[in-house]
Amino acid sequence: MAPDFSYPDAAAKAAAVFPKEFEPERMSLSMGPSHPSTHGVLRIQFELDGEVVTKADPVIGYLHRGDEKIAENMTYNQFVPYTDRLDYLAPLANNMAYAIAVERLAQLEVPPRCQAIRVLTAELARVSSHLMGVGAYGIDVGAWSVFMYCFEEREKLYRLFEELTGARFTTSYTRIGGLQRDVPAGWTEKVAAFCDQFLPILDEILGLLSRNKIFLDRTVGIGVISRADALSYGLSGPNLRGSGVALDLRKDRPYSGYERYEFDVPVGAHGDCYDRYLCRGEEMKQSVRIIRQVVQDFPGGDWYARDARKIFAPPKDKILSSMEELINNFMIVTEGPQLPAGEVYFEAENPKGALGFYIVSHGGGVPYRLKIRSPSFCNLSILPRLCVGNMVSDVVSILGSLDFVMGECDR
Amino acid sequence: MTTDVDLTTAVSQQFPSVTARASLDCPAFNVPPADVPALLRHLRDALGCDILTDATAVDAGAGAAPRFTVVWHLYSSTSHRYVRVAAACASDTDPVMPTATGLWAGADWLEREVYDMFGIRFDGHPDLRRILMWEGYPYFPLRKEFPLAGLPTDLPDAEVAAETGTGLISAPMAGGPFVARSGRPMGEAEPRAKDEAWSEQHAKPE
Repeated sequence: MAPDFSYPDAAAKAAAVFPKEFEPERMSLSMGPSHPSTHGVLRIQFELDGEVVTKADPVIGYLHRGDEKIAENMTYNQFVPYTDRLDYLAPLANNMAYAIAVERLAQLEVPPRCQAIRVLTAELARVSSHLMGVGAYGIDVGAWSVFMYCFEEREKLYRLFEELTGARFTTSYTRIGGLQRDVPAGWTEKVAAFCDQFLPILDEILGLLSRNKIFLDRTVGIGVISRADALSYGLSGPNLRGSGVALDLRKDRPYSGYERYEFDVPVGAHGDCYDRYLCRGEEMKQSVRIIRQVVQDFPGGDWYARDARKIFAPPKDKILSSMEELINNFMIVTEGPQLPAGEVYFEAENPKGALGFYIVSHGGGVPYRLKIRSPSFCNLSILPRLCVGNMVSDVVSILGSLDFVMGECDR
Repeated sequence: MTTDVDLTTAVSQQFPSVTARASLDCPAFNVPPADVPALLRHLRDALGCDILTDATAVDAGAGAAPRFTVVWHLYSSTSHRYVRVAAACASDTDPVMPTATGLWAGADWLEREVYDMFGIRFDGHPDLRRILMWEGYPYFPLRKEFPLAGLPTDLPDAEVAAETGTGLISAPMAGGPFVARSGRPMGEAEPRAKDEAWSEQHAKPE
């Protein structure tokens, strides 16, 4: 049972009670930016009273590449590869969020087949991201084998991604108004086969943790985020739902045809590390449910917006046989897709939370300003509050349960 | 509060100084900086927009008046709608905006980022420090005059700088990325770097 730390600064509390000569000495500890439990280049500057954190100051920006500045200097399609490098554990989901944001600006609706492929890839990305989240969390609290089980499944997904996009990691699969290409023949059957073999293995993976005494000791009642705090800090994704707030943009503001599929939104009851873990586990099962529905009812037709002539480049065979299409292709590649002036804000429910793009356009092929609302950034902003009063070893458990990616946090 | 129109009416009744802002999606308002805290509080408490999902800024470029606009995006956890609130900073040389940290704890980091990238100070922010760049970095990188390649500066750590004798240099990007401007004669329409801080006409910044 942890002592009462409702008073945020334990050392100050002790100092108020004890005479001056007994005042505890505080230690300063820098964790990261190169530390196995900080999942990338997060650094936290701690002030400790013995083993207990009295102050935590996250230092971020080690992976800041100026993505928003870069976006102002290139066309909309040229920026797609940069979205891979936000949450690099779910690039397909980032690609889709960005493409839809720009299409909202163009007031462009893509055909059902394109929507279905995007939903399919985004849900596969969610499964692969959560596998990484759960596996790495296992390592953080001392369960190595979970990580290996998760990685085997993730590897199968990466083979599917490679077959679809040509890349395992940095997929750059979407284009404004469509996709890089249609799904290859027989690919959806492979996805269905993956789902069939995955569910029993997922149960096995979760079975290694969900009733594991050590895992429970490390996670239950640790890092509790209240409902009010979760909303006030702008948390999103499983970190918000773990605190019992049933918000999921796929349900609340359906995009890309999510309203066509049946799925449930899991929520936690206590908001502790264990609840966040449970939410991720259940979300993978729900993703598989969505994937099966997409595959079963896979729409035919166009896989890009055929009528968007100034936005989506024409097919290669047309370019090589028609002067008109050749010029059009040249204009789209050099000047970018021609979009109207205006402002849009679009958020998609990514594996890590709500990934938002705020685009200010003055017309033409280059955004005037593109702001990336990063879920990891907002999720980490609660750390100074969440770490205080916990042991250093619990901080490792808390960090793992937040499942952040620094590429997205720092942009 | 059922539709976006209701929300717009409710806001304009309560705040006569608020004007509608051009938007392609959600309701959007322009508001004078002095009314920002009251409007945000009203949106949060009375109109159900209880989540601050994003706060950022837009730089209209040197010479534009007003130059800096701070933009907030609120989301309603009950009616699942977004609202955009924008306020232009009065001064272009020393832009200041009231803080929203008293309303949402999440505003702390978002406002630090705006300060870091644009140099807009948030009046009343408890801990306004740089967040992505390091303390002591001399520039505000998302201002329009800041070149894409970056500007040379000293290393953050004086000890390392003294030991190595080097500083930070501009990125070696050979002038790119290249984008053609639309609306020019074909002869001039070849793709060029949009950021011409470094091009055939201007030497590479040292």
